Amino acid sequence: MNKYMNNNTGEMAKYEAVIGLETHVELSTNTKMFCGCALSFGAEPNTRTCPVCLGLPGTLPVINSKAVQFAIKTALALNCSINKSSIFHRKNYFYADMPKNYQISQYNRPLASNGFLDVDMGSYVRRVGITRVHMEEDTGKLIHTGSSGRISESDASIVDYNRAGTPLIEIVTEPDIRTPAEAKEYLIALRNIILYLDVSDCSMEQGSLRCDANISLKPAGAKSMGTKTEIKNLNSFRFIQRGLEYEYKRQAGLLEEGKKVLQQTRHYDHLTDTTSALRLKEEAHDYRYFPDPDLVPLIMDKDAVQDIKREIPELPGEKIKRYLEVFGLPDETARLIASDKDTAQYFDRCANILGPGKLKAAANWITGDFAAYLNKESLKIKQSGISAESLCSLIEMIEGGRISSKIAKSVFEEMAQSKKEPQDIIMEHNLEQVSDEGELSKIIDEVIAANDEVVQQVKDGKDKAIGFLIGQVMAKTKGKANPALVNGIMSKKLKK
Amino acid sequence: MQLNFLTAHKLKKMLEKREVCASDIAASIQESCEKLQPKINAYINFDKSILQKQAEEIECYIAAGGKLHDFTAIPVAVKDNICTHGIKTTCASKILADYVPVYDATVIKKLQEHKYVLAGKANMDEFAMGSSNENSAFGPVKNPLDLQMVPGGSSGGPAAAVCAGMAICALGSDTGGSIRQPASLCGIVGLKPTYGLVSRYGLISFASSLDQVGPITRDVTDSANLLSAISGWDQCDSTSINTGKVSYKDFLVDDIKGLNIGVPKQLMAEGVDSQVADSVNNALEMAQHLGANIEQISLPSLEYALSVFYVIAPSEASSNLSKFDGVRYGYRNMQASTLHQMYRQTRAQGFGPEVKRRIMIGTYCLSSGYYDAYYEKAQRVRTLIINDFKKAFEKYDVLISPTSPTTAFKIGEKTGDPLSMYLSDICTIPVNLAGLPAISIPCGLSSENLPIGLQIIAGTLREDLIFKTAYSLEKAIGFNKFPLHLYE
Repeated sequence: MNKYMNNNTGEMAKYEAVIGLETHVELSTNTKMFCGCALSFGAEPNTRTCPVCLGLPGTLPVINSKAVQFAIKTALALNCSINKSSIFHRKNYFYADMPKNYQISQYNRPLASNGFLDVDMGSYVRRVGITRVHMEEDTGKLIHTGSSGRISESDASIVDYNRAGTPLIEIVTEPDIRTPAEAKEYLIALRNIILYLDVSDCSMEQGSLRCDANISLKPAGAKSMGTKTEIKNLNSFRFIQRGLEYEYKRQAGLLEEGKKVLQQTRHYDHLTDTTSALRLKEEAHDYRYFPDPDLVPLIMDKDAVQDIKREIPELPGEKIKRYLEVFGLPDETARLIASDKDTAQYFDRCANILGPGKLKAAANWITGDFAAYLNKESLKIKQSGISAESLCSLIEMIEGGRISSKIAKSVFEEMAQSKKEPQDIIMEHNLEQVSDEGELSKIIDEVIAANDEVVQQVKDGKDKAIGFLIGQVMAKTKGKANPALVNGIMSKKLKK
Repeated sequence: MQLNFLTAHKLKKMLEKREVCASDIAASIQESCEKLQPKINAYINFDKSILQKQAEEIECYIAAGGKLHDFTAIPVAVKDNICTHGIKTTCASKILADYVPVYDATVIKKLQEHKYVLAGKANMDEFAMGSSNENSAFGPVKNPLDLQMVPGGSSGGPAAAVCAGMAICALGSDTGGSIRQPASLCGIVGLKPTYGLVSRYGLISFASSLDQVGPITRDVTDSANLLSAISGWDQCDSTSINTGKVSYKDFLVDDIKGLNIGVPKQLMAEGVDSQVADSVNNALEMAQHLGANIEQISLPSLEYALSVFYVIAPSEASSNLSKFDGVRYGYRNMQASTLHQMYRQTRAQGFGPEVKRRIMIGTYCLSSGYYDAYYEKAQRVRTLIINDFKKAFEKYDVLISPTSPTTAFKIGEKTGDPLSMYLSDICTIPVNLAGLPAISIPCGLSSENLPIGLQIIAGTLREDLIFKTAYSLEKAIGFNKFPLHLYE
């Protein structure tokens, strides 16, 4: 955080940031955008190609209808209106990773427009307008020979067209974002929604979620916009925030010195945590957009859009609302569970099995011991091997008094290790709680007889000493004694 | 008559009666090609061993009781912008001089189902840009009827091959007249089908919204049969139309009684040679005798067709041809040391002057600041042209005009003046802009003994009217011109 920025401490910043994001998402369809090639990450170079995605002479594109459905689903989840007719344009520029030297994209008639995403910042909600959602094809990849992988130190480049033609959607926001932290939260929220929709794996590492940011500064409260720069290579949530923070500082510094901000594309370097100019935007390509004559307009059937709308699952925002209002979960727990689709599904299954009385216990397990275990083992909830049914039977045993919560922790650990059912673990190790009053009474009598001194202390009014006696009972029963019962019987006996 | 001057439908009958066999036909074509290729240069790639091998395979197929389709054993010349698997497809360009496709165009697959014979890959103007076949990296094609003259273009090779008996029929492509104009100049039949009727998959694009593959044949019957063979919906071409299976032969009816024919005055205007106009008017009189009603009409927006075409076609071409960059296939300049040098030198050396001219025009028209004034405006005028035709077809069944304003011109006569060259497509270009079907049939000879062509235009998917009219006029005119002198 730097001196110019509004850091949520109530201090007014001198400059207000105006930030807009462009996010590219690779769709996880079976095949590419305009041909039948399989999508694949990490396949042998140039093995997932055909005459169409290689742009061989004479080939023609055909729109992948599944990709269109995925894009519409995403646009609807972002509250966009779907345009009745949209068209594909050609974006013309020469680069060796582009088989045709033009990219099929959408221009002035995109698939969808005019949506929004509410970003929860804790103390306030930022509504970020979605200008448009459009479809396009991805490019191939250039690999520069030589050990550094940098083009300037390489004497040749090799091309892999496996990625060429992968369906992409581009999601463009209005310049509604005001802080780098909001930008980061927007992207986290967007990613979560897309994961809920199951239309992309949204892996920033593998490049299936990529984000460019535009930022300009204006004096706080001013209406006119400043000159913007575009930052590229922001390939993690952290880098987005840090890149924008650096750029904020840099632009504010220039303005303070009375200098101009140049309209530029800048590259973020996470090693130095700085941005540097790529090229002046004025010199940017003239893409010579024009409607692709090889394709016909996409006409959206109302019923088809309705069908897609029905397929949209409950999204994170709605889930949180339900957890808070219907389930009465604490705020933090509700958000934590909803922040991962699989966790939320797991919890919903547990809630369904356990019913309203016990679902909070499930929430506590899922965000507590279970989460800690997954974290330690670097596992996803799906990979844990513990079914919602198993976890629920463990919870039922605790709630029914069959095992103590302390024992439950070790039972859970064994469940995780051996994938056995809790019932079997308890039988195997004879862990069931001892709630037989006669049996407990006998043990308590033994403990009282063996600890005269402590018993005297209790009788003298030193209530805390009773804990030691209970501890002795627990030790004798190896933790299986029902603590509440032991406490009751012990108190009764000592008061005599 | 020599076998190589017969039509496919005649040869089919002879094959059925076992009067000829596949090898006889192939041998006849081979003989004429060996004799005439050095004079006419109709082919870029003609391989007699491939021809013989195909003929032998088909003999076996027929011997084994295989069905005789319309084009079984028929040698077809294929314009060299139509992809043939394993066989060089050059677009008559240095940039694709050694390019071998890894797949067959849809039209080729369809002919393979007929057990056709690929006669060879026919010469053309580079990337189908030209009206004289002088823009070929493999040398110009000569008109078989007069070797001093051009055969027309850009399908000059296919037209010359059919005219000279170097193929029985041919596949060409037509973006602004490239099938009809050479057919006219060579005295044969050329059809541009409705846009979308024939798949473009495998046709190397010039201007995607205008390109269409079509038949070049000796008569109207072969034209109808060849269209039946190559047309049909193709899932690989988003712009293709699903009409179901149509047998165009059924429309070959000798009866135009009551047919309403419009003659657009814009296509009979000044610039049309008087001999051409006279010949077309004679044909119209014949049509009247056969019971057709003839009226002159006006389609005012046609006046702008040439200008519109020379914005839209180069714009699309500038983008379509950007893939030829030396990176993946085709010619690459090996001296270049950077990517951009490689692009520049590869394209500077790989493309010929006319292709470069059109890439420049198109790039300019699509550039920001010029897009609205050129491309956008041209598209709006294109809509006016479409509407003019629509209105005309409310009243008329077909429109008739000359195919080309002149007969074949001398080689070299127009190469220095692109604009006068562009004017030779003035009657054919409006048809492509509106996506309509049109045919050129021969209707007479000039005093220099050069053929004159007549164009019949119909509404979208009204190939039925085209074939009916063309078939009736073909019978009435009785045109027959074979360059037999070449065989003496």
